[in-house]
Amino acid sequence: MASKTENQKAWLFVLPVVLLVAFNALIPLMTVVNYSVQETFGDNVFFWEGVKWYEQVLNSERFHDSLLRQLAFTGTILIIEIPLGIAIALTMPRKGPWVPVCLVLMALPLLIPWNVVGAMWNIFALPDIGLLGRTINALGIEYNFTQQPVAAWMTTVLMDVWHWTSLVVLLAYAGLCAIPDAYYQAAKIDGAGSWAVFRYIQLPKMKRVLTIAILLRFMDSFMIYTEPFVLTGGGPGNTTTFLSIDLVKVALGQFDLGPAAAMSLIYFLIVLLVCWVFYTLMMRNEEV
Amino acid sequence: MARIGLHNVRHSYVPNPKADEDWALKHMDVEWQDGGAYALLGPSGCGKTTLLNIISGLLSPSEGTVTFDGTDVTSTPPDHRNIAQVFQFPVVYDTMTVYDNLAFPLRNRGVKEGAVDARVREIATMLDLTSTLEQRASGLTADGKQKISLGRGLVRSDVNVIMFDEPLTVIDPHLKWVLRSKLKELHQRVGATMIYVTHDQTEALTFADQVVVMHEGAVVQVGTPVDLFERPQHTFVGHFIGSPGMNVLPGHIDGSKIMLGSSTVGKVPKKLEIPEHSEKLEIGVRPEFVSFSSRGVPVRVTKVSDAGRFQIVETEHENNTIRLLVPEGKPVPSENAKLAFDPKYTQVYVDGWAVS
Repeated sequence: MASKTENQKAWLFVLPVVLLVAFNALIPLMTVVNYSVQETFGDNVFFWEGVKWYEQVLNSERFHDSLLRQLAFTGTILIIEIPLGIAIALTMPRKGPWVPVCLVLMALPLLIPWNVVGAMWNIFALPDIGLLGRTINALGIEYNFTQQPVAAWMTTVLMDVWHWTSLVVLLAYAGLCAIPDAYYQAAKIDGAGSWAVFRYIQLPKMKRVLTIAILLRFMDSFMIYTEPFVLTGGGPGNTTTFLSIDLVKVALGQFDLGPAAAMSLIYFLIVLLVCWVFYTLMMRNEEV
Repeated sequence: MARIGLHNVRHSYVPNPKADEDWALKHMDVEWQDGGAYALLGPSGCGKTTLLNIISGLLSPSEGTVTFDGTDVTSTPPDHRNIAQVFQFPVVYDTMTVYDNLAFPLRNRGVKEGAVDARVREIATMLDLTSTLEQRASGLTADGKQKISLGRGLVRSDVNVIMFDEPLTVIDPHLKWVLRSKLKELHQRVGATMIYVTHDQTEALTFADQVVVMHEGAVVQVGTPVDLFERPQHTFVGHFIGSPGMNVLPGHIDGSKIMLGSSTVGKVPKKLEIPEHSEKLEIGVRPEFVSFSSRGVPVRVTKVSDAGRFQIVETEHENNTIRLLVPEGKPVPSENAKLAFDPKYTQVYVDGWAVS
């Protein structure tokens, strides 16, 4: 039997990565875990509290409400952005001088910093001076997102759709461009209509990029903070207070580090769980 | 099933073709008989796929007309031409089962489910796909997927022509042979016109009754595999078909003798007509028809390679290389020898084209 040569020097090659991951993920995460099971009154004095904060968060109506609002928001924007993104990608030209023009136009919203997007839409939608707000009011519809919950919601959703549909478009477009011509030719010969081409060629071939698009949009929208914070500040009342906004209120506004840490971890586990379930479902029939 | 005619077809991918090179297809004027098995053979970039796409209707030719049974179909779209095409890389509808893949062309044409089922099962039996009918098509191997592509063409009973665009490119070598015999068998059974595009001479010669050899956008010879081997009409055919290819040697005519340098290789046939203004005269003879002899062209043996059942011998004669095949086990002279060319298979070419 051949004996394995042992070479401990190999660890040196792994070390930088271990350090990097430790400092940017493990240590911060463990700090949060540490806070979530203890109580502190400052001066680095800690008292063990066990799962008390978790119970408190999970039983609080406030957390339930923000979680529900968050789920409703993420669901709404996914239902709008994914089909809309696919539809736009399908109408984009595959070759010719318009391709770069379309790509640049599509990429523009993605290049704008999040807080600027919030500020832009805030001014754009103001009922007295904003173009959108004034127009809607001029049409005879009473609209004021700083006072009406429905208007605040619609404005937030519209802003997110404007900001992020492009990402879905670009991913779907990349998926469409990767389909070899032979598929379209075969479909033509087989007498397939445009719906059949979409259903049996384009959609299955876009499956991987769409999985990524949905995952990215899910995670980003589930953790959305800056844009609604700048646009509505979570109001009117609490109607647009999503999980992140609530979390910041608890952690920094009230300085309740224990409950905030427990909430962060629950939040993180929800994102992880949903992503895992979704990815497993999507990839269940894939060949390796 | 149909007779396919291409009349004065030319095609160019550039908008205003002027120079000769602008034409992907220079000039095509051929007629393919109903139920024939044809191969389009030529090196990459010779216009084979262009020609195929013109027949299927995926491309519209710049000039000329395409006819099926005498009817002009030049502007008919592919789905109305009743053709089938198998592409180089297998095209299957991933999310469907094998059964649904085969049923797809029929369902698109509004065929009743009962008729679809009967036809799909019949074709699946023909292609040995019955055991995989309920599987997802994406899980099959490359040859299974190619069979599905072929099956989607065969299910339609009204197919005019089935076209194959290098269908065995992604198939493992040991399966290529199996699939090729399957094709041949299907052709006999179904009787549809089949056009098979390839750059592999073995595939072309084993599949087809008639081989169309293409070179730089033009047809250089149409003939049976035997014709192409024994009577190449162009030096390109001589080079391209056969392994090793034909010996093409610069020659000249001296009275009644065909001369290779200072040696006589044969007599000029009585009716040999050398066109005027010809530039170059060549002698073509396949290595199979050259042998060592006591009299003939003096050569020096430079290289012997063993190719299994025969040896490929390279000899040199006044700066020309002449190859010949010697059966396994037969002695090869070590240095100086003389070669005889079989007069029946020695051909004179003027500017590349055979004269007789």
